[in-house]
Amino acid sequence: MAEAITADGLTKAFGPVKALDGLDLTVHTGEVHGFLGPNGAGKTTTIRVLLGLMRADGGRATLLGGDPWTDATELHPRLAYVPGDVTLWPNLTGGEVIDLLGRLRGGLDGKRRAELVERFDLDPRKKGRTYSKGNRQKVALVAALASDVELLIFDEPTSGLDPLMEEVFREVVEEERDRGDRTVLLSSHILSEVEALCDRVTIVRAGKTVESGTLDELRHLGRITIDASLAHVPADLAALPGVHDLSSYGSHVHLSVDQPALDDVMRHLAEAGLRNLVSRPPTLEELFLRHYRHDEPVGAAR
Amino acid sequence: MTGTWSLLRLVLRRDRLLMPLWIVCLAIAPMGYLSSIKAAYPDAAARQHFYDLNASSATFLVRNGPLYGSSVGNLLAWQCGFVPVVVGLIALLTVVRHTRTEEEAGRRELTGATVVGRHAGLAAAVLAACGACLVYGILVGLGVGAQGVPFAGAFALGLGFSLAGWVFAAVGAVAAQLTWGASGARGAGIGVLVLAFLLRAAGDSGSAGWLAWLSPIGWAHRMRPFAGEQWWVLLLAVSATGSLVVLAVALSARRDLGAALLPARLGRSGARASLRSPLALAWRLQRGTLLVWTGCLALVGLLMGGVAQNVAETMRDNKAVADVLSRLGGGGGVMDAYLAGTMTLFGLAAAGYAVQATLKLRAEEAGGRAEPVLATAVGRIGWALAHLTFALAGSAFLLTVTGLATGLAYGASLVPAALAQLPAVWVLAGLSTLLVGLVPRFAAAAWGLLGAFLLLSLVGSALRWNEVVLGISPFQHLARLPGGTFSVTPVLWLVAIALVAGIGGLAALRRRDIPVG
Repeated sequence: MAEAITADGLTKAFGPVKALDGLDLTVHTGEVHGFLGPNGAGKTTTIRVLLGLMRADGGRATLLGGDPWTDATELHPRLAYVPGDVTLWPNLTGGEVIDLLGRLRGGLDGKRRAELVERFDLDPRKKGRTYSKGNRQKVALVAALASDVELLIFDEPTSGLDPLMEEVFREVVEEERDRGDRTVLLSSHILSEVEALCDRVTIVRAGKTVESGTLDELRHLGRITIDASLAHVPADLAALPGVHDLSSYGSHVHLSVDQPALDDVMRHLAEAGLRNLVSRPPTLEELFLRHYRHDEPVGAAR
Repeated sequence: MTGTWSLLRLVLRRDRLLMPLWIVCLAIAPMGYLSSIKAAYPDAAARQHFYDLNASSATFLVRNGPLYGSSVGNLLAWQCGFVPVVVGLIALLTVVRHTRTEEEAGRRELTGATVVGRHAGLAAAVLAACGACLVYGILVGLGVGAQGVPFAGAFALGLGFSLAGWVFAAVGAVAAQLTWGASGARGAGIGVLVLAFLLRAAGDSGSAGWLAWLSPIGWAHRMRPFAGEQWWVLLLAVSATGSLVVLAVALSARRDLGAALLPARLGRSGARASLRSPLALAWRLQRGTLLVWTGCLALVGLLMGGVAQNVAETMRDNKAVADVLSRLGGGGGVMDAYLAGTMTLFGLAAAGYAVQATLKLRAEEAGGRAEPVLATAVGRIGWALAHLTFALAGSAFLLTVTGLATGLAYGASLVPAALAQLPAVWVLAGLSTLLVGLVPRFAAAAWGLLGAFLLLSLVGSALRWNEVVLGISPFQHLARLPGGTFSVTPVLWLVAIALVAGIGGLAALRRRDIPVG
């Protein structure tokens, strides 16, 4: 099947607070899909709906071809989930939690488990209450990654991990991606992580999907940043359509350009005698901020 | 101690409902008892009869403490014999809730990083608990005194309750430093409370009266309300409280945030092969509680059973008392009546366990530990039933062992009598499930139900309240064994009610969000 996850116009309200307000999400089978949004945008609520833990008030969702609410127990052996805020049973050791969750899911790859424990530098003999936030996160990650499942759902998996462990997580997910048969839904607000790992992203805000597509597609929507050294700075540069944030010092100019106006702007720069040129596609961060910076503040629960 | 004042206000703000609620409810109780006593024993002769009946029999002294005289006040103080235990428990839980639970939830870190002194949190929790107990004691003094008994006695009674609260607030403060986590601290504190009760019971029923002086619960009775008040006992309690708080502060200064003085050990690096089902997980999470409850109740059972023997001997020695007692009980049923009353106590205790085991569902949900389990192949009903197994079968086990222990000390089989309590226990498990399913945020109201049933069973029947009111408690419909006749109909009714409530709760649990939004 081509789609591992589809969500169509999901709505969910907690009392007066609208957590989801017509959210759409499509995750293709075999891809790593970034699920981006600031705190409170509705990421966790969406995931809970997809896991059948919460029932959406409206809209439709499918997960691995089934209904996440009614088929929950049939679907769950085929997926693994790492919650954003991992809490462990205080009197169970990390190793016991890994084994237990794996078995409840229907099985665990012992070799893979040992390898992951090693790579994440985890002491599985400690009791749940003595782990730090990062180590609790690692326990949940090992439990999920050591299971042989079709779909991995991570909710802000690297919050609490140190940079070294973030790197390990990236490597492991890249390996999963290269295997090609696993689908990953990665909710995050760490943009570099999403940029490094994800084939496609969905950006949500206040319970609505505002952007969805491959990173390349999204970049077309953003502005290209240009730094150029010129023989002389043309006076009418700022007046050109599609030019933003122009600044110049001496013969050096810095500006950003909307994608459609790029051709025209480049012609003007070339006429002005280009000596040096650095151009950069929009970063995910810029794409992301575009949706949030000038908008009114919204209060929505996660 | 900088910041104690603001943290104290935080504690009071968080407990603004709970604290006034328990203070008012527990303050109304003695006033209610008083008017009931006046109605049930209107003249000096009736009260003297009551005194003759109870003051010499060790059996009732175990439960309620010494009966100092035959005045209305004496009867009231005796009837309130269990209140110090309840106040002590509340004070203990309050302190643990505002120290160790805060620490566990990470909120202590939040306040600890602001301008507050190292011990401000501990100080605020102890001050709040002790203050509440003092207010409660004064309210009891005023309320009871206003009903025409001497004010001195009324205040000795009230402050005796406060005193138990103070000492156990301090016990809670020490326990919160010793163990890993809040549940360990609660367990250790409740252990001390049970020990204090047993010491008092042993001291009051046997010849070794000095044992009761080792117990803060005993001190409350040694205030001698309405019987030549011994005010200096308050000094004893205050100095004990002070010493324990100093100890708690010293311990707290020696440990890190989140750490314990009793060290944690490393465990297994992988799970045993048996840890592979929701039931196996529930066993890991529930077994400690079940074993502690079983141990405590078996101990109390041994004590109650042993004292029963003592009573039998007293009755043989004292023909007059035996005559009075058997007239009251009808036939030779006085021993049976005592044992049946004991079984009601055990039934109520087992119901407490059943409520705790059922509310574990809510605790797992609220703690975020239900989510990862429910995201696996485990369904909601399977997850819930795993924990409910302990509420249902665990309480049966608990009652069996307690009946066995009581019977062993008494010298007859009391297991069937103990198990006769089970239908009512299951009703509480069912009602708790219903609350968890329907109104998860208020699931703790199950404790309120248990408290109401406890009040009806222990006090209401002694004070001859209306039958219809008493009938609200499921324990009222049980056969009073040994001695009474067992009939199947009420048992079937109770089990049916338990089933309907339980199934309703599970159905609601299946329909709602987890965690609830």
